[in-house]
Amino acid sequence: MSTATRTLRPGHALPSTRRADAAPKVTGEFAYSSDLHAAGMLWGQTVRSPHAHARILGIDVVQARAMPGVHAVLTHEDVPGQKTYGLEFADQPVLAIDRVRYFGEAVAIVAAEEPEQARRAAAAVRVEYEPLEPVTDPEQAAEMAPLHPDRPTMGHGFRDDARPNVVRSMVIRRGDPDAEGDVAVEGVYEIGQQDQAFLGPESGIAIPDGEGGVDIHVATQWLHVDRDQAAPCLALEPEQVRIHLAGVGGAFGGREDLSMQIHAAMLALRTGRPVKIVYNREESFVGHIHRHPARIWAQHRATRDGKLVAVRMRILIDGGAYASSSTAVIANACSFAVGPYAVDNVLVDGLAVYTNNPPCGAMRGFGAVQACFAAEAQMDKLATALEIDSVELRLLNALEPGGMLPTGQVVTGSLPTRDVIRRAAALPVPEPEELPREAIRLPGGAGNTTRGEGVRRGVGFAVGFKNICYSEGFDDYCTARVVLAEDGSAEVHCAAADVGQGVSDVILQVARLELGTDDVTLASGSTARVGSAGSASSSRMTWMAAGAVQTACRAALDERDRSGGAVDVERIYRHPRTYPLDPETGQITDGRAHVALAVAAMRVVAEVDVDLGLTRVVWIGTAQDVGNALNRTAVEGQIEGGTAQGLGLALMEEIQTRDGVIANASFTDYLIPTFLDMPPVVSDLVEEPEPDAPYGVKGVGEPPTVVSTAAIVAALRDATGRELARVPVRPDDIAGL
Amino acid sequence: MDVLTPRSLDEALRLKAEHPGAVSIQGGTDVMIALNFDQARPELLLNLNEVVELRGWSRENGTLRLGAGLTYADAMADVVADELPALAEASRTVGSPQIRNRGTIGGNLGTASPAGDALPPLLVERAVVEVASTRGARRVPLQEFLVGVKRNALDDDELILSVLVEPSRQSQTFMKVGPRNAMVIAVCSLAVVVDRERGELRAAFGSAAPVARLVTAAIDEAESFPEQVAGAASPIDDVRGTAAYRRHALRVLTARALERCLA
Repeated sequence: MSTATRTLRPGHALPSTRRADAAPKVTGEFAYSSDLHAAGMLWGQTVRSPHAHARILGIDVVQARAMPGVHAVLTHEDVPGQKTYGLEFADQPVLAIDRVRYFGEAVAIVAAEEPEQARRAAAAVRVEYEPLEPVTDPEQAAEMAPLHPDRPTMGHGFRDDARPNVVRSMVIRRGDPDAEGDVAVEGVYEIGQQDQAFLGPESGIAIPDGEGGVDIHVATQWLHVDRDQAAPCLALEPEQVRIHLAGVGGAFGGREDLSMQIHAAMLALRTGRPVKIVYNREESFVGHIHRHPARIWAQHRATRDGKLVAVRMRILIDGGAYASSSTAVIANACSFAVGPYAVDNVLVDGLAVYTNNPPCGAMRGFGAVQACFAAEAQMDKLATALEIDSVELRLLNALEPGGMLPTGQVVTGSLPTRDVIRRAAALPVPEPEELPREAIRLPGGAGNTTRGEGVRRGVGFAVGFKNICYSEGFDDYCTARVVLAEDGSAEVHCAAADVGQGVSDVILQVARLELGTDDVTLASGSTARVGSAGSASSSRMTWMAAGAVQTACRAALDERDRSGGAVDVERIYRHPRTYPLDPETGQITDGRAHVALAVAAMRVVAEVDVDLGLTRVVWIGTAQDVGNALNRTAVEGQIEGGTAQGLGLALMEEIQTRDGVIANASFTDYLIPTFLDMPPVVSDLVEEPEPDAPYGVKGVGEPPTVVSTAAIVAALRDATGRELARVPVRPDDIAGL
Repeated sequence: MDVLTPRSLDEALRLKAEHPGAVSIQGGTDVMIALNFDQARPELLLNLNEVVELRGWSRENGTLRLGAGLTYADAMADVVADELPALAEASRTVGSPQIRNRGTIGGNLGTASPAGDALPPLLVERAVVEVASTRGARRVPLQEFLVGVKRNALDDDELILSVLVEPSRQSQTFMKVGPRNAMVIAVCSLAVVVDRERGELRAAFGSAAPVARLVTAAIDEAESFPEQVAGAASPIDDVRGTAAYRRHALRVLTARALERCLA
């Protein structure tokens, strides 16, 4: 796809691309999915399991059905079609059948005139449970009784591992992993369970069309995959289930899996009335999958002058009760485990398991976050052991185009690892601020806990990378449709989900450039009007939507040249093909397993109150490989937001469970960074066009999240002298309790 | 659920006597959360926002009378902040500006959470709670008013009128530990007064025992005071922090507070 003779550069195509949704979002006028309303609508409510693992002995809905305002109370018996669904493997019941496997699993659904009536009726559904011992330790999972005896992820080309509760077992072996170095460092790292913590809860409305079909308006990341999962469960043809994108209040991977879509549709089809479902905050914590908690062992061997000789890692991720995208997350964690470094001898063992913990799946960074935290801590350990500057050590081992990933894939596209390292390391670090200062400029912030006592400053550095687009042979494509009217105006259709990242503006920017007119509108995303765009995830949407819209625009112009008059064309864009990894060696079977790579380096200054274990991140500077930046402000927004999410994982964000039950399902106890926790970010955009991408773009949303957790904890280690091998770092860990 | 909105204190007391089960609401920063999360469905709310007698503060001889409706934002300003600086510091740590504009001292006492931010600074100033019903008014020292986790000494027909404090005008401070730098519920908190007039050290901590608790010592016991404060705590492990950390933090905070106040 390197046919781009027309190039799109910041400031050229569209001098000022102020986001269309910016003003309405700031002024509160933007309609999110939770704001939807339809005449005569009912409210849906979900009955959820209070147990992490239990057998269902009976469900009694008689009393609930008789309650005022109630129109329907449905259980698994009322699922019209297929009883299970899943993003990649249909292992999750629409409504629990004979067993619940996680705390909060949906068991029954209710529709009533008023939300309060629906809640009351839901509370009146009597479910008789026989609690079972929950599998909560991922280390033990492969030796416990199977949660999914039918092994839903087997037979998909993965390595054969017959142990119970294995979702996917992986090996990447290259060279001689036993090769000896002059120096070896080792560590065990742990990553807690992070939540996407999007502010707009799961919500939407299902409207029966009167002809047996249903329209579902919902905040999602991939309209067509929602449709393809929902239709068989509803016993409908895909065309009878139309998914329309409603205002998305953040996603970060958490809206890849279904939440209320099938439930609302079942209630709407049963009652013949529109049904709205909005989760509250507590419910949202069980309403979507989370980032996989991980345990990682790593050993790095190097020569005396710092060249990596061998890296061995074992990565265990807890997938929770259902598969979701765990098979791809573990593949990513293993693929990028070593970091953007060239090393000939590698052995990475990866395992994703089922447990009765909250289900995990996609979250910004997708496996690379966990691996980067461990790998970068190892690089710092190695630098210390070798007495080499940690930036120099990274430069010395940097993986560049022409180099090889541990999977045997040769880097053919852009990967300016040395450039981002040098440029991040060159960003000037601010001088320490004088004392005394305001409490809010000290660790502990508004809590007024120090006036400088116990405060030490540290500087950290890290590098992280990950893939762009889907991998391992997935047929990844994006569709766009362009309608040119006789008056020269154009309408673009693309089902790319604008989850807040601003892909709508990218689509318009591309269409206006390609069509040579500003008179372009973007229709709202719907499965009824255009083919699949694929998922707004994996840092792929800008690339894929730009490719599809470019292709469709050019085809539309050609068509108009040929036939004249109005034209309506739809085109599919595919990125370069990928191939599966060999299940036994983790080596590529052809070409590439990952489409392209993006790398970021980050430098962090933090102040730590070493007595109380409280932290203030003072400054963050980053250099990121962004391909051609189509919209500088949007790119910086992604970098800052992605960094804040990584800061959250480093310092505070963790879903805490006791026997599989979430103990902090609220924003009172699941803390995300505030304005006072997140410092200003200096972003240096390293613009090197990606040869395989339209306009040389790269996705930019994930690398900052991958690298920031590692970089921030590196600064904390520098300040405290402690190992800090677990995130989020707790005050206890810093204080040495 | 119905809402009763009295326009005067007399009416409020009468309504409370008639409906002892009614839940008092002022700023709503606790009550509304319980309602929104469906944790409470009281039959009646008693909305005290229109009761003028509960608003603001006044001075009676040497005593400051803080109305139950005094907001945290009020406590951060003017005379109250000058005379009760630790209370002002504590108020600054409460939630966000929006919450500080709504949340009240009376609400903090009514909820009686061990994490109530206003409680430690009022305890070290030997505050007395003024409560009333149609039967009459009574005064309860704050220490006795706080009887357990989210339990206070109010009878069913009583309302909190005010908090009475004779400002010590002695060196004092407030500190609160949370895992992020703003908008947190205290993992633990501490107010300290070094009372040179009485020759006394007073500390009160939050979130480290079932109730916010007062610890006193002679002024020459500064060296052992951090240990005394930590020893008086009976913290638990919960989602916000560990018992060991809370004890440790109280030790650190007390030492720092003494240093600040003795400087």
